[in-house]
Amino acid sequence: MNLLFHIGRYFLLIRQAFRRPEKWSIYRIQIFREIDVIGIGSLGIVTIISVFMGAVITIQSAFGFESPWIPLYAVGLAARDSIILEFSPTIVSLILCGKVGSSIASEIGNMRVSEQIDALEVMGVNSAGYLILPKLIASVLFMPFLVTISMFLGHLGGYVFGVITGVVTSYEFVYGIQYEFHPFNVVYALVKSLCFAFIIPSVSAYHGYYTKGGSLEVGASSIKAVVYSIIVVLLFNFIITQLMLA
Amino acid sequence: MITVNHLNKSFGERQILKDFSFQFERGKTNLIIGKSGTGKSVLAKCMVGLVEVDNGEIFYEDADFVKMNYDQRKVIRKEIGMLFQGGALFDSMTVEENVMFPLSMFTEMPEAEKRDRAQFCLERVKLSHALKLFPAEISGGMKKRAAIARAIALKPKFLYCDEPNSGLDPQTSILIDELIKDITEELQITTIVITHDMNSVLEIGDKIAFLHEGQKWWEGTRKEILLSDNKELNDFVYATKFLKEFKDRLRG
Repeated sequence: MNLLFHIGRYFLLIRQAFRRPEKWSIYRIQIFREIDVIGIGSLGIVTIISVFMGAVITIQSAFGFESPWIPLYAVGLAARDSIILEFSPTIVSLILCGKVGSSIASEIGNMRVSEQIDALEVMGVNSAGYLILPKLIASVLFMPFLVTISMFLGHLGGYVFGVITGVVTSYEFVYGIQYEFHPFNVVYALVKSLCFAFIIPSVSAYHGYYTKGGSLEVGASSIKAVVYSIIVVLLFNFIITQLMLA
Repeated sequence: MITVNHLNKSFGERQILKDFSFQFERGKTNLIIGKSGTGKSVLAKCMVGLVEVDNGEIFYEDADFVKMNYDQRKVIRKEIGMLFQGGALFDSMTVEENVMFPLSMFTEMPEAEKRDRAQFCLERVKLSHALKLFPAEISGGMKKRAAIARAIALKPKFLYCDEPNSGLDPQTSILIDELIKDITEELQITTIVITHDMNSVLEIGDKIAFLHEGQKWWEGTRKEILLSDNKELNDFVYATKFLKEFKDRLRG
């Protein structure tokens, strides 16, 4: 029952967030601000994770494919499929659950406990719309770019570290990432990233918006936001995979 | 003018407001007083729609706020200014941006005009020197004054002040009280002040409602409050030994 209550309240909040904005020009400014915070602000961590993720996948693949029956280009192929299908869209999203999710929940939660959300409502501003909608739009607009950048950097990391460590040659790696390439895999990854881009800020904002109490509860909401957005991302990862690849 | 009729509000089994009725008059500072936990803040939150009432009527002029839908309420809310206990200024904005926020949201004023209006409001609360400061950089009293400036930026018809003196020193409290009274008379607005500060009651209380256990126990003016025979009211007004002695002397 408790779960149903939260799901129902979540959808009511999202419906409230999608009401017609009081003034689009203000929302537009907010969207650009959020793109800066959620998108540009995450570029650093996404870069570091993607490069090293690509490197580790390449080295691990080479370690696993030591059999003389498996061609060396399989290292590039395995790295490519792992990066495109799972690591870039899902792992990057899970990292963003922690970074963006906790920041959204604590920002909105703090506004709730310090009565700033009440102040918005009393002024006649739709607080859910003003606080949540720009975050959702910014996230949905920017997430596919982040995932695309992550895919590129993952391959780059795999190539550079693979060649430097000598586990694969430059030619074999490049041949491997081009071998039997299915563009649909990229579409699948981008669909996943769009879905996760909606889940992360909305679930986090939900936990922040309904914070009750003081600063301790803001911290608790922040933790809940991270945990629940990770769970929902993993659940939808399974559902989308089943729908698109099975 | 705001008229409240037979307002009831419960949280679960606990009834917070019991059949509360009162008329808040225009151009006057209307006070809701009472001990902590008697439902003063809940009443204010009911009146602005932050908390839904169980039953009763709240008339802003002639419009029943309780029966309105979300969009209709938004129209009324644009005529309401509210000073929250902690100020509730937006942390990410400067004092000036805070005051300009309602203007940006609800008017088509050019930027320069908005700045002029914000400057005027901040001068009115003697805070023109703090334009570019963030809420974290100013004192509690300054936050309250900035919040008043934001509340009056759109020239509201109704001003709510939830414990405007809480956490302030006596001198700053008097300053805030005077400010609220002056603004009320100057703009001829309906002001509702939620307080348990007796200095405020005696300083600015044009019309007072005393809440006791969720019920309106007494109503009158600041002159009448000192001479009332109501036991619960007297316990509240003459709470300290000093004031009890003052009461005995006052009543011979």
